[in-house]
Amino acid sequence: MGRRIVHCHCVYSKVVPADVKAAVLERLAGSDEDFEAVPDLCEMSAGKDPALARFAGDGEVEIVACFPRAVRWLFHSAGHELAAEASIHNMRSSTADEVCGALGLPDQESTS
Amino acid sequence: MKPTGAARPGPSAPFGELHVAVDPGGLDGVDAADRGAVLAALLEAGHPVSRKAEAAEGALARLGGDVSVLDRAPEEVVADVAARREAAAAPAPGAWTPWFPVIDYDRCTNCMQCLSFCLFDVYSVDGDGRITVQNQEKCKTSCPACSRVCPEVAILFPKYKKGPINGDEVKAEDIASESMKVDISSLLGGDIYSALKERSGSAKQRFSTERDESKALLERKRCLKELKDKLDIPSEVLMSLPSAGDIEERARRARAKQEERIARSRSAQDQKKTDGPSTQEWDI
Repeated sequence: MGRRIVHCHCVYSKVVPADVKAAVLERLAGSDEDFEAVPDLCEMSAGKDPALARFAGDGEVEIVACFPRAVRWLFHSAGHELAAEASIHNMRSSTADEVCGALGLPDQESTS
Repeated sequence: MKPTGAARPGPSAPFGELHVAVDPGGLDGVDAADRGAVLAALLEAGHPVSRKAEAAEGALARLGGDVSVLDRAPEEVVADVAARREAAAAPAPGAWTPWFPVIDYDRCTNCMQCLSFCLFDVYSVDGDGRITVQNQEKCKTSCPACSRVCPEVAILFPKYKKGPINGDEVKAEDIASESMKVDISSLLGGDIYSALKERSGSAKQRFSTERDESKALLERKRCLKELKDKLDIPSEVLMSLPSAGDIEERARRARAKQEERIARSRSAQDQKKTDGPSTQEWDI
């Protein structure tokens, strides 16, 4: 299984800067990368959404959301452990360029 | 106002697999900003979006397949998907604001202060006697009070505005910080009440000559506002803080529950040893 990118849009709160999450989503959509974008990981955790098991499963997963400590324990709270090698990119503390750079997404100019 | 502990609507049924698929090339011809806008609008409306080889399987809708994106406003695409969701009798998203505590078990010492303190019965004890978040839907939206009483900074609210409650790394100064570590006895053991009483009393004395009780009330409100601003705890929660006696009683019940669960778990294990392995365990 190749790498999986999961983007959380944190729709029930304004704590993730709107411009950062919008820019990351736009660049994901413009890339050739496979990805899954979800409205809100907290909501999925509370609902014990089985999709979380798939996200946390084997293989290389890159989660684009908020603070890594929060993301890891949200998965744990839903009964799924994120692998230690999972990467978590924080849209609350990084710029869109930093997140997209870490994901290896192409520059915006080349995606339009 | 006394909190009732009544549950909010609660999380909807799992919907993660009820996604909108992006067909290969499904966004071709749509400019970069519009692509992002359509996907963001779908997410804002509660629809997960997936672009991967097997995404079309079981998808609620397929962008670039049965739902066209070209030359359509994002809201038109969302309306199209929402109609399909309704037709499929799929659960409606967004009925509940997901605000609830998440425990960092690397830090938690199982002291049960959160369980003893929480006014809304959000916490419980699991079969191993470990503190757990059981009733997320009962949590008071925007109230991080339990994280304020946690001596180990082990309670997160991922949607809280400031660290380390929001999940940011915990630094030594966070634990020492007065705003972070509020001793339960000072928060709940009557100091707030005595402080309020004292302030109210001195205010009354000051205002007694003019017999203006509304000023005393204003003083009380001001005092509560100071606490609310400092701790980010909603006024209605502050107004309903349990007494020291209540806290002790809750702590006693929590300990009893913990001991009962551990005893039950041990008894089940002993029974299992006596009975020997089940047929399932013999792999029959």
